[in-house]
Amino acid sequence: MKIGIPRALSYYTYYPMWKTFFQILGLEVVESDATTKKIMDDGVKEAVTDACSPIKLYHGHVMNLMDKVECIFVPRLVSINREATFCPKFLGLPDMIQYTINNLPPLLSPRIDLKKGKGELLKICYRVGSKFTKNPFLIYKAYRNAIQELKNYAASFLKGAIPPLKLDSSQTQKGDIALAVLGYPYMLYDPYFSLNLIKKLIDLGAKVYTLEMLPEKAKLKQADKLKKTLFWTYSNSIIRTAYHFFENKRVDGVIHITAFGCGPDFIVDKLMELEAKEIQMPFLTVILDEQTGEEGLKTRLEAFVDMLRLRRIRHENNISLHG
Amino acid sequence: MKITYPYMGNSHIAIKNLLERLGNEVVVPPRPSKKTLSYGTQHAPEFACLPFKILLGTYIEGLEMGADTIISTGGVGPCRAGLYTTLQERILRSLGYEFDFITLEPPSRYLNALYKNIKKIINRPMTLKEFWHVIRFVWEQLKLFDMAERKSFEIRPLEVNQGETSKVYRECVDIIAEARTIEELKEIKNEVIKKMDSIDRRKDFEPVKVGLVGEIYVVLEPAANLEIEETLGELGVYVERSMFFTHYTVSNAIMDLFHLAGERNVKKAARPFFNEMCGGHGRESVGNAVLYAKRGFDGVIQLSPFTCIPEIVAKSVLPAVAKKYDISVLSLSLDEQTGKAGLRTRLEAFVDLLFKKKQKKEGRFA
Repeated sequence: MKIGIPRALSYYTYYPMWKTFFQILGLEVVESDATTKKIMDDGVKEAVTDACSPIKLYHGHVMNLMDKVECIFVPRLVSINREATFCPKFLGLPDMIQYTINNLPPLLSPRIDLKKGKGELLKICYRVGSKFTKNPFLIYKAYRNAIQELKNYAASFLKGAIPPLKLDSSQTQKGDIALAVLGYPYMLYDPYFSLNLIKKLIDLGAKVYTLEMLPEKAKLKQADKLKKTLFWTYSNSIIRTAYHFFENKRVDGVIHITAFGCGPDFIVDKLMELEAKEIQMPFLTVILDEQTGEEGLKTRLEAFVDMLRLRRIRHENNISLHG
Repeated sequence: MKITYPYMGNSHIAIKNLLERLGNEVVVPPRPSKKTLSYGTQHAPEFACLPFKILLGTYIEGLEMGADTIISTGGVGPCRAGLYTTLQERILRSLGYEFDFITLEPPSRYLNALYKNIKKIINRPMTLKEFWHVIRFVWEQLKLFDMAERKSFEIRPLEVNQGETSKVYRECVDIIAEARTIEELKEIKNEVIKKMDSIDRRKDFEPVKVGLVGEIYVVLEPAANLEIEETLGELGVYVERSMFFTHYTVSNAIMDLFHLAGERNVKKAARPFFNEMCGGHGRESVGNAVLYAKRGFDGVIQLSPFTCIPEIVAKSVLPAVAKKYDISVLSLSLDEQTGKAGLRTRLEAFVDLLFKKKQKKEGRFA
C-alpha cells in the first residue's frame, strides 16, 4: 500500500520519523514533489482565500499526491508539550483538507496530542500502526526506529547542517557575518517558497543560524523573559531563539521570515522588533507569499548584509581608536 | 486611579457602572471611530486582526483622555486574542505611555491572579452584600440591553417607516443607561417592551431569516461590523445572532470557573465538520450554522476579522455545511479598509438571492 506525505508544514520537522515508521510497517512512502509553480497555484486555487500561504501550499501538495497514493497522511498536530499547542490551522488541518478538496483518497489523520506526556506518542503510533499490521512487536520496532531517526535528524541540525536543503555545517558556518535566520521550518526549508533565501545568504558570505540549531535547553532558559508564554509551539521556539541571540549577541543581525497572513507571527514579529530596537540589534522582517519576487528579495538581503559589514567595520575602527 | 477599558457594544455602559460603583474613577472610551482605527493601524503590526487594532486605538484614546489604568481580558488560546494585552502593553510603553495594565484571565487556569486583579479594582470599603448587589445590578442592566437588541432584530424587518426601529432602539438604550437601581430596571423593562411594540409594522410581509455567526468582537461591536444588523434589518431580514454579551459570559467565564464546557449543543452540532477546539469561535461558528440550518433559516452570515485563524478554519468547512443542509452561507472578512457601501452591495445581492430561493421553495416562482 502506498501512503503519501505532503511536503509542507510539519514535514520539515517530522518527516524522517514518519517515513521510517511507515516503511518498517511495510508501506511504500511517497512524498509529494518539491514545490513547483503548479503546486503553489493549485493550492491557491483550492484553499480558502484568506488562509496564509503555507496552508495554501499544503493544499497544493495534497493535490499533487492525490492520484499517486491510496492514502494521505495528514496528521492533526495538537501539541508536543504541556505549555503550548500548534497554530489553530494545524489543529483544523484535516477538516480544512477534507472539506476543501474533492475526490480525495482516504486521509490518515491521527490526533497527536502529547499534553499528557511522551508516552502518548507510543499509544498513537500503536493505534496508527494497527491499521496496517496485527503484529505489535513490529509496531514497537517501527516506533523505536522512528524516534531514533528523529533524534538523528535533530542532532544533525544541532551540528549546523540543514538536511532538508542538503547543506552541511561547512557550508552554513563559513561566512564572516553571523546571522540568526528565524522562521518556521515550513517556509525556510522550502527552497521554492523561500526563494532559496538561506542559499542566497550563504552566497553573500553569511554564517546562518536557524532555530533548530539551538538546543532546547538554551531555548527554555529564555522562557521567563515573556510575561505570558505564547500559545504556539513553533512561535515559542522562534521567540526564545531570538531572545537567546539578543542576550549573547553572538550574531550581527536577526532576520525574521514570515508569511503573508500568518496569524501568530504578528505578535511574535512585533515583540522581537521592539526588543531588537531596545538593544540595538539590526533586525529585518521578510514577508513571503506566493507572489514575492526573487530580485526584490535579493536586493533587500544584499543591503542588509552590506549594512552589517559596514557596521562592523565602524565598530572595529572605534575600538582601535579608543583602545 | 483612572480606569479605561475596551469598548464593545452596549456593554461599555454597564462596565462603567460597575467600575464606578466599585469606587473607581472611570474614563469612558469613545465609540470606535476612524480616528480610533487610524491610531490602531498606525501602531499595530500590519497583520494584526481588526479587534486588536480597534482596541489599541481605544486604549490610546483613553490614555490621552487621562486614564492611568487599562483593564482588559485575557484568554488561554490558541486564538491570538489571549495575547493581545501582552503585546499591546509593550507597544503602548514603547510609545512612552505610563500606566497599569490589568488583564483578567479566565478563572479555570488563573483563579488566584483573577482574584488579585479583582481586588485591585475594588477601591472603596464594601461588604460582600454590597458587592453582590452591584454585580446583580450590572448583570440585570446587561440583560436588558441584550433583550432590547433582540427585540429590535424582530421588529426592524417589519417596520413601516424605515429607520424607526433603530431610532426607538437607541432611545431605549439611553433609558436603560440612566437606570440607577434594580427596581428602576424592572420598570424600564416594561417601558422598553411597550415602546418597541408600538412601532408600526407590516402585516403582509414575511422576512427571510439569517443567522449571524463569527468572531465575538466583530459580531458584537457595531462599529466593527458597520452596523450589519441594521443594514440587514432594513433589507427585510430577520437577524438572529449566535452571541450576546450576557450569554457569552455565562457560557464561558462562569462555566469555566467550574471547568465545564459551555454551549455543548453547538459543539456537538459542529462535530462532523469540525473536530478540534481551534480557539476563538471557529467551532461555534460552524456549530451554530448547522443549528440555524436545522431550524429552517434561509442563510448564515459569518463575520470574521481579516487573518482570524479560527474563523479561517471555519470558513473552509462552511461550504460543506451549506451543501449538506442546503443553506446559503456568506463569509465576510472585515478589516480597516472595509467600506459600508461596498458591504451593503454584497448584502443586498445575498438577500435578493435568499428571497428568490425562498419563493422558489414555496412554489411562487413564476
